[in-house]
Amino acid sequence: MSLPFILFFLFGLVAVAGAIMLIVAREPIHSALSLILVMVSLAALYLLLGAEFISAVQVIVYAGAVMVLFVFVIMLLNAGIEERTNYSQMAKYAGLPLAIFLLLALAHWMAHSAIGATVANGAGAPNQAAVSTRELSSMLFQKYLFPFEATSILILIAILGALVLAKRPE
Amino acid sequence: MEFVAQHPVLVVSLVKIAVLLFVVMTALAYLSWFERKVIAHIQSRWGPYYVGAHGLLQPLADGVKFLFKEDVTPPAADRFVYILAPFFALSLALTTLALIPFGPATVYIFGQPTQLVVANVDIGLLFLFAITSIGVYGVALAGWSSNSKYPLLGSLRSSAQMISYEVSLTLSVVGVLLLAGSFNFNEIIESQRGYYLHFFPRWNVIPQIVGFLCYLTAAVAETNRVPFDLPEAETELVAGFHTEYSSFKFAMFFMAEYGNMITVSCLATILFFGGWLSPFPDSWTWQQYIPGVALLCAAFYLAYDTVRNMRGIARIQLAVVTLIAAGLGLLCLHPAVMPIVQGPFWFLLKVVLILFFYVWTRGTLPRFRYDQLMSFGWKLLLPVSLVNLVATALWIVVKHP
Repeated sequence: MSLPFILFFLFGLVAVAGAIMLIVAREPIHSALSLILVMVSLAALYLLLGAEFISAVQVIVYAGAVMVLFVFVIMLLNAGIEERTNYSQMAKYAGLPLAIFLLLALAHWMAHSAIGATVANGAGAPNQAAVSTRELSSMLFQKYLFPFEATSILILIAILGALVLAKRPE
Repeated sequence: MEFVAQHPVLVVSLVKIAVLLFVVMTALAYLSWFERKVIAHIQSRWGPYYVGAHGLLQPLADGVKFLFKEDVTPPAADRFVYILAPFFALSLALTTLALIPFGPATVYIFGQPTQLVVANVDIGLLFLFAITSIGVYGVALAGWSSNSKYPLLGSLRSSAQMISYEVSLTLSVVGVLLLAGSFNFNEIIESQRGYYLHFFPRWNVIPQIVGFLCYLTAAVAETNRVPFDLPEAETELVAGFHTEYSSFKFAMFFMAEYGNMITVSCLATILFFGGWLSPFPDSWTWQQYIPGVALLCAAFYLAYDTVRNMRGIARIQLAVVTLIAAGLGLLCLHPAVMPIVQGPFWFLLKVVLILFFYVWTRGTLPRFRYDQLMSFGWKLLLPVSLVNLVATALWIVVKHP
C-alpha cells in the first residue's frame, strides 16, 4: 500500500465522519466544527490529487472565511441546542432505502469506471497533469476572462443586494 | 521497516520536525524572557532577575508553575470545545513554522543535500495564509465554550478584528508576489538577490515600503498584540477570551501567541528582508566568519560579566552559558559547519530584530479604542494596501511590457 493511498482513505473517512457528525450534532457550534472538518479533509484530498492551489483556496475561502462567519453568527445569536421532532415516516420508509440504493449504485458505477480502476490499483497518487498556479491564473485571465469577470460582477451584485435588503426601512 | 525504507522522505521529515519543535519550544520560552527583559528595561526596571543568572531560568520556573497549577473547567462550559480550543490555537501556530525556510534551498549536511525547511511547498505563502486563516477558531471557540460573559465578548471582538485585518495583511503581501512571480518562499527570497549601487541589498522593503508598513501594522493586529490587544483589554474584559482558562491550557494560548509572533516575523523577513540572504555582497568572503566571531564576542562579554558581576550559583550558571556560546562560536568557525550556518544566522538575526520591534511597540504605544481600531483597519489600511497593489502592478506593466 502506498502512502497516498492510505492518506486518501484516511481523509475520505474523516470527511464522511465529519458530514455525519454535522447532521447528528445538536449543538450548532458542533455542527459548524464538523463542517470545517469536512472542508479541511476535502482540501487534503485535493492536495493528494496534486491540485495545490485549489486545496489552499478551499481552506482559505471555505474554512477560513465562510465558516468563520457561520461561527461568528452562531456565537452572536447565542443559538441554543436544536430541538428534535420525531423523524418523519417518509424518511424512514422511503428515504432510507433510497439512500442505500444510491450508495450501492454509486459503488457499482465507481467500480466499473476508469476512476475506480485507478483507485483500486493503489493510485490516488499526484496527478502528473495537474495545473500549476501560474497556468491556472493565465487561463483565468486570458482564455476564460469573460466568465471570470461575469462571476465577480455576479458576486458584487449579491453583496449590493444584501446591503439594500439590510438597509431597507421597516 | 519496508514501509519506512520505501519512504525516506518520512524519516527525514520526522527528524526535521523533531529538531524544529525542540528549537521552537525553547525559543517560545525564551521569547517570553526576552519580552519581559526588554519591557523592563524600557520602563527602567530589572525584569526577571532571581531565578538563574539574569533570570535565565525564569521560563523553566514558569513552565513548572503552569504544570502544577489547578486546571479549572467552568461547570457550564462545553467541555469538548473548551479543551479543543487551546490545542487548535497552539497546533496551528506551530504548523505554520514547517513552511519557513531557514536557509538556502540546498545545504550539504554530512555530504547529503538537505533543505533547511520541513516542507518546501510550491505555494508556500498561500498555505501559510490558509493555516493562519483558520487560526481564528482557537480564539473564537475558546470564548464561546467558556460560557461566560467576558470571554464571549473578548472572542467576538477578537474574531472581528482578525477577520478585518486579515484582508489588509493578505493584500499588502500581493505586491511582493507580483515582484517575485512565485508563491514559493525560496523563489521569493532568490528574487531579492542583488545589490543597488553594488553594496546596498536589493530587498523588497525598498520598492515595497508601503506594503511593508501595511503588513507590519496588520500583522501586529492579527497576532492581537499591543496596540491592537483589545481582545484582552484588562480594564474592560478581565483577560478576554482566555479569562476562564488556567494552568497548562492558559500556557498553550500563551505559547500560541508567541508562536504566531515568530511566524509573522519570519514571514516579514522572507517577504521584505531577503530571508536568509546576507546583507553583504558575495564578494566579501570574510563575512563567512561573522556568525562564529559574533558568538565568540558574546562569549567574551559573558565571561567578563561572569567574573565581574555574578556571585554564588549565578556565577556557575552564567559560566555554563558562556561555555555554550564559546563552543557554538568555535563550531561555527569549523570549515564543515561554516557554510551551513550562514543562512540560518542571517535569517534568525533579522527575525530577532523584528521581534524586538514587536516588544518595543508594546513598551511604547497605548491601546486603540475599538471603533478606532475598526475604522483604522477598513478606512485607512485597506485602501492604502489596495493602492500599493495597483501601483506595483502598474509599475511592473510599464517596466516589463
